[in-house]
Amino acid sequence: MSDAVQNKSTRDAFGEALTLLGKSNPNIVVLTADLAESTRVLEFEKEFPDRFFQVGVAEQNMAGIAAGIAVNGRIPFMTSFSAFSPYGNWLQIRTLIAYSNANVKIVSTHSGLSAGKDGATHQALEDITLMRVLPNMVIISPADYNETKNAVKAAVEHKGPVYIRLTRDATPVFTNHKKPFEIGKSPILKKGKDITIACTGPILAEVFSAAEKMEPEISCEVINFSTIKPMDKDTLLDSAKKTGKVITVEEHQIAGGLGSAVCEILAENMQVPVFRIGINDSFGESGSYSDLLEKNQLNAKHIKIKVTDFLKNHAGN
Amino acid sequence: MPQVKRYCDNVKILDLQRTAAKLREEVIEMLLQAQSGHSAGSLGTADIFAALYFEIMNIDPKNPDDPNRDRFILSNGHICPIWYATLSHRGYFPKTELKKLRKIDSRLQGHPHIQMLPGIENTSGPLGIGLSFAIGISSAALLDQASYRVYCMTSDGELNEGQIWEAAMYAPKQRLNNLTWIIDRNNIQIDGTTEQILPLEPLRDKLESFNWYVIEIDGHNIEEIVNACNMAKAVTQRPTVIIAHTIPGKGVNFMQYKFSWHGLAPNKEQAKAALKQLRSMESRIESEYY
Repeated sequence: MSDAVQNKSTRDAFGEALTLLGKSNPNIVVLTADLAESTRVLEFEKEFPDRFFQVGVAEQNMAGIAAGIAVNGRIPFMTSFSAFSPYGNWLQIRTLIAYSNANVKIVSTHSGLSAGKDGATHQALEDITLMRVLPNMVIISPADYNETKNAVKAAVEHKGPVYIRLTRDATPVFTNHKKPFEIGKSPILKKGKDITIACTGPILAEVFSAAEKMEPEISCEVINFSTIKPMDKDTLLDSAKKTGKVITVEEHQIAGGLGSAVCEILAENMQVPVFRIGINDSFGESGSYSDLLEKNQLNAKHIKIKVTDFLKNHAGN
Repeated sequence: MPQVKRYCDNVKILDLQRTAAKLREEVIEMLLQAQSGHSAGSLGTADIFAALYFEIMNIDPKNPDDPNRDRFILSNGHICPIWYATLSHRGYFPKTELKKLRKIDSRLQGHPHIQMLPGIENTSGPLGIGLSFAIGISSAALLDQASYRVYCMTSDGELNEGQIWEAAMYAPKQRLNNLTWIIDRNNIQIDGTTEQILPLEPLRDKLESFNWYVIEIDGHNIEEIVNACNMAKAVTQRPTVIIAHTIPGKGVNFMQYKFSWHGLAPNKEQAKAALKQLRSMESRIESEYY
């Protein structure tokens, strides 16, 4: 990554993409549970007031209304923070959206540690787990601003439930905005031969930076798992076959998240050492996003140390 | 109060009463076949189902996806035996399929699923979620400038759920006058009476204070059911809720008023006794088989 890299948030990308898509697609409607500004849907409201539903602080009602609106061909985007939706309305999502295969897009911001100073109650570190076990559900966790814009477009084109996991803070923009988002395809961002690093979300920027620092001694293959479900098994297995070692990195509990998903696929297909980097069975706390990454050992510096240690421990494997 | 033409076609009323009686028989037979399911609410709402599907709603079973059709949403999904019985009698699918209730490879799931059967408009089972779904459909109708009406039935026990009150606050805000919410006020839930478990009264006051147009009726009186739904059509600027007072287990004396029959199906002897009573309502002789 060059030094001139720009920082922008994935929630900003969402708001901009949604307003743009709303112009060409009259079926798109938006629901908010009293978080229109924070989730960046205010512009959509201004532009299309008739297609905007303010339901108040009532995430369960929001999920039910979204499912009902979807029946006649509308494409509802129900928006909130991850810590409230799907946390507060999982039953409604399971019954009325996943089981009913409703064409509802659940978009939640402030996921991972990005709720920062609001503390552990607002930091969604379990949402991938909650959504990954639901049949019919697609889970998208974009790496940056550019990818989010394309992912929102792909979600509109996909018929069926989609959960998009977004974050609050401005993070590096590094993916190619010209590359269309393909649900279920995980692009290899950097080719390598010594180790596979599977990552999801904006924390990919930290992984990328760590990988660059390890060159040329350690050659990392970095895969962007921006779709967590359905999982791109082929890309994972091909890479693991080549490198023989896999590390996963996520801003999420290692139980049930990307790390678990990767382990499930690998365990059924090949014997390969795996190490999961993420939140290890603990809650967060208040602090700036960068302080939280440092304390949870999730920034480039710590990722580099963990990858190096892992390789040392498995030398000769 | 809005003025509407009174509904007083006596021949039609008698016909709907007979339909309701037939639906009750069907429910008993289905529950016996399934050997599980919910008797009380299914029997208690038969008159409302008969009135809705054979008189009130603008529907065409031959064209179940007609975009202009009226929608019925069942929030208390556990009483789906009466919904399935009604739909099949109205011609949505063959009556022979009713005996497959709750069996493997069946479209008649223990709780309804939106894509399984023609005429089924929503998925339900977990309580308290259907009114929000109905609000979604009502909202879409306004967006589409469509004129169809949305009917949503909930039980009274499910008013314990917080989501009901989220929805109850929201619908009047949006002035959803195309929405009619029917509460099956039978006063029972699984563990006891509603007023023992978690008191709902004064229910009418609660709903009025939420700015709904409230109508209270005898939920077994066909004329009152039809009148109330017609009156709701004349209400502008806000949604209508009909509190339909019903007798759980209506038509079968050993089931009536008993909360123990909420989630119970009759055994062979009980079914025989129930059918004898239900069939006698039409002055029929005791049936040899059931």
